[in-house]
Amino acid sequence: MPGLEDLYREIILDHYRNPRNRGELACPPAHRSEGFNPLCGDEVVLYLDVDADGRVVDLKVGGQGCSISQSSASMMSAAVKGRSLDEVRALNRAFKALMSIHESRLDADEGDGSGTDTPVPDPSVELGDLAALQGVVKFPVRIKCATLPWNTLAQGLDEFSTAATA
Amino acid sequence: MAAVGTGDAGERVDPLDVTRVRKDFPVFEQDRDRPLVYLDSAASSQKPRAVLDAMTEYYETTHANVHRGVYAMAEEATARYERARRTVARFVGAPSTCEILFSKNATESLNLVANAWGRANLSAGDVVVLTEMEHHANLVPWLMLAEERGLELRYLGVTDDGLLDCSDLEATLDGAKLVGLTAMSNVLGTLTPVRRVAEAASAAGAVVVVDASQYVPHLATDVTALGADFVAFTGHKMLGPTGIGVLWGREELLDAMPPFLGGGDMIRDVRLDGFTPNELPWKFEAGTPPIAEAIGLGAAVRELQRYGMEAVRDHELSLTRYALRTLGERYGDDLVIHGPADATERGGVLSFTFKDLHPHDVSQVLDQSGVCVRAGHHCAKPLMRRLGVAATARASFYVYNDESDVDALADALSSCSDLFCL
Repeated sequence: MPGLEDLYREIILDHYRNPRNRGELACPPAHRSEGFNPLCGDEVVLYLDVDADGRVVDLKVGGQGCSISQSSASMMSAAVKGRSLDEVRALNRAFKALMSIHESRLDADEGDGSGTDTPVPDPSVELGDLAALQGVVKFPVRIKCATLPWNTLAQGLDEFSTAATA
Repeated sequence: MAAVGTGDAGERVDPLDVTRVRKDFPVFEQDRDRPLVYLDSAASSQKPRAVLDAMTEYYETTHANVHRGVYAMAEEATARYERARRTVARFVGAPSTCEILFSKNATESLNLVANAWGRANLSAGDVVVLTEMEHHANLVPWLMLAEERGLELRYLGVTDDGLLDCSDLEATLDGAKLVGLTAMSNVLGTLTPVRRVAEAASAAGAVVVVDASQYVPHLATDVTALGADFVAFTGHKMLGPTGIGVLWGREELLDAMPPFLGGGDMIRDVRLDGFTPNELPWKFEAGTPPIAEAIGLGAAVRELQRYGMEAVRDHELSLTRYALRTLGERYGDDLVIHGPADATERGGVLSFTFKDLHPHDVSQVLDQSGVCVRAGHHCAKPLMRRLGVAATARASFYVYNDESDVDALADALSSCSDLFCL
């Protein structure tokens, strides 16, 4: 069975204890989006400030939840701040690929998980600290905790785009 | 059984020999890389060998569909299924076996009441009173019916001590047609004053449905003494298998109710233009029932009777006292246990918040020590809101737990502190 050190890497605990970009932004101009995990009550609130060029000039994170959802939100905030929307979407896809490695493993009872159908993350996308969350895939119940901030971000960007083109 | 004293320190001699009890449960005899500290019986209990054997023996020797075949094996299957019903009826003090309906689980039992009794008796503006500490199983069926029929829902609240707030009972119940309440909270462990509420409900002319899922497995139950009209519980929390639940209902109410699910077994006659329902209890058991599961439940009840329900309660009371004291002494204010401080007002269910840690993290770290606790909202989101928490961790006890399990929990909690540097 996987050990706790696979899940609670030091960098994750650091983001949990000292969350980055914690707070709120005035809406408007910022856009607010909320995500919930109904299973455990985890909640992520994102405030996104995107400029006319489509760059995330600022974002803040609110909400509460477990160490995995909150550290994932903190790391995400650090990773996407200052990025263009296209870069943010690529990062989101790369992170999902990191997490979905496990989903393809669920069918397999045996083996080391290096299945041939494992989605390969885009090598041009640098995950940085976020790669520390890879251990979460060994704890299937917690994958939803790690992906909650990213789903909230995707939802926020969709809502923002819809509002911008309306 | 050892004498049960009630010393002034609140100490009791534990009447259960847990070392022997554990030998009845194969799950504790498996080779593991760490000992199993199972503290999640409020979610589902472990199964004694007697239950597994009863089900296997039935399948291996005499399985056939019930209430149909005239051959000997089918007669035997029917006899065993109906014997299980009598066993359950006697266990909860049902005046008649025809008042014991088998269902899939307590949730289905409660949905049966909401659908069959509710649809026939409730219409726009009628008042249904529930409590703020209900499990979703006794909330959502009524919320669904309220939406469909335009019912008025009222709630009995929860005091800061975790007790059912009955300070405004008569006024809240005034004009009510139905009152639904849990006999024991699956989150707080709180034992509610069912009898008192039932008497007030009867005075108001309301029917009373009790969710006894956490009560029947742990305390001697007499459905008539509770004063209720319907009592729902489930097999898998009381040493029985999953897939079998029970609804007890007063015969005259069940008789007057339309059927719930339609199909085979629940009818006396079917014509192309209509049907005549079967008599009780089969009127409410459409389709092939969970035969082996009912037989397993019967075996589970016999195990509980062998332990003695008074002994089960005394054992859990003593363990709950020990846990409250041990955790309190060791962690003080760092560990908040929700619910009544007095063990006599609660069952063996401890929901807690540990420092600032999320229950998922607590549960994950405890698992490394083999300690199984539940983390989440426990299907009681309104109660979570009342407590001001998103979720809690919950340890719950049963016949196979003893003080060493509480000690293991207390020890494992310190590794949470260490890991998160709190």
